[in-house]
Amino acid sequence: MPPVIEFRNVSKIYYRHHTRRFFHRYLMEKWRRGAREPFYALRDVSFEIEEGGSLAVVGANGAGKSTLLSLIAGLSFPDEGQVEVRGRVAGLLELGSGFHPDLTGRENLVVYASLLGLSRRELQDRFDQIVEFSGIGEFLDEPLRTYSAGMILRLAFSTAIHVEADIMLFDEILAVGDQGFQTACFEKIRELREKGCTFVCVSHSADVLKRLCARAIWLEGGRVVRDGPCAEVVEAYRLSAGAHAHIVGTGGG
Amino acid sequence: MQLFRYGFLLRNLIVRDFKIRYRNMSLGIFWSLLNPLVMMGVLSFIFTKIFPSPSIKNFGVFVLCGLVPFNFFAVAWVSGTTSLLNNAALIKRVRMPREAVPVSVVLANGIHFVIQIGLLLAFVLGAGYGVNPNWLWLPLIFGLEVVFVCGLSLASSALDVFFRDVRYVVESTNTVLFWLVPIFYSFAIIPEQYKTVYQFNPVAAVVMACRLILLENRQPPFSILWKLTLVSTVALVLGLAIFRRSKRKFADYL
Repeated sequence: MPPVIEFRNVSKIYYRHHTRRFFHRYLMEKWRRGAREPFYALRDVSFEIEEGGSLAVVGANGAGKSTLLSLIAGLSFPDEGQVEVRGRVAGLLELGSGFHPDLTGRENLVVYASLLGLSRRELQDRFDQIVEFSGIGEFLDEPLRTYSAGMILRLAFSTAIHVEADIMLFDEILAVGDQGFQTACFEKIRELREKGCTFVCVSHSADVLKRLCARAIWLEGGRVVRDGPCAEVVEAYRLSAGAHAHIVGTGGG
Repeated sequence: MQLFRYGFLLRNLIVRDFKIRYRNMSLGIFWSLLNPLVMMGVLSFIFTKIFPSPSIKNFGVFVLCGLVPFNFFAVAWVSGTTSLLNNAALIKRVRMPREAVPVSVVLANGIHFVIQIGLLLAFVLGAGYGVNPNWLWLPLIFGLEVVFVCGLSLASSALDVFFRDVRYVVESTNTVLFWLVPIFYSFAIIPEQYKTVYQFNPVAAVVMACRLILLENRQPPFSILWKLTLVSTVALVLGLAIFRRSKRKFADYL
């Protein structure tokens, strides 16, 4: 059986000096080839994930974690190499994208669910489950601007997880939820994994990653510096990041 | 199945857009009616009192036939153009059929268009013109205009991601078109050599057809119909092609 996610020598390049003057830059690039300075958000990244696998991605800010997720999600496309993703992807890449503060929780839920690809029938069948899992209760018909960050997370996460996609992506989102909700989420994720759902998670919380994922890759400057069992890689990253912080700390003092 | 999903998404996005606009407003939907009424009042004052045009009777209704299709065109095109930028978070973070963003914004404006058409028909009846069988042409004419604006907006919203100037080009074009569409003058006074050009402008064609149907009880001529159909279809096909070609890069530029 082919892997559900496959990266083969993938690079994603951005160009520096991105000003707002696109047209001007466009002309400059046409006339003076090679004048632009490439910046590799990801460089020569290769890995595979089998069905039901779970991958944690760690690395400092700007290491390329979010770029990696948006390539898997099919939101952007590689400049070099190939990305192959087999199955329906649902991601929570940012808390509440697509939510509008003036709409009620219920209205936002319906829009968000259809953005994630649920059909009318699917939403009808799962609506009560989504609301129940979110624990929003009586606030469902209140405008979203009255919600706390944790409540928005509950609504978004609960909707995304009920899409029952083949691949789920999470970018640093569980951090806002309280203990009770986190436990419920872990439970639900375990349940989905048993059904064969594949997970990719980005987080700075080592505990969350160790509970959720079996494997981890560590990115630095867009390259994979380590790939292996989650606990091992996350621990190594934490030690190195700690050491780095220490050096910066004394250097600054 | 895929199309079914798309329809559900589109419907939800249209409703969302509509609700966002009117929530927390006490006059709500009446704003939709107020704007054409104010413009009708101003233009009627100028062209009956300052520069009288005696050849046109019922100037108010006459000018409303021009204002309603033009207003929809101008407002829907500008909001369609900026729709991708306004929904940057969505484009960058959620995987969805991205065509749905500009199309839903144009169609949400289509709801206002329908309300304003209702207003127009009320004025037509109030001025003593009766209902006539040629009214059956109206859905086709207005429908083609919506198709045309969808096509334009798909193209201009995609370009606006890369060149943020597009929005201002669109706004300026609208200002110019206000004069070049026969809104407050009649098609009859346009010199012969320019008439063909006017017919290829879909907004002008819609206005002309609208007046023929509502005020003269005549079937819109075939020459207008095929040109309108042609230009709208070409706009939609081209708009989709431009959008499809560039949408892979949206997330990198927003």
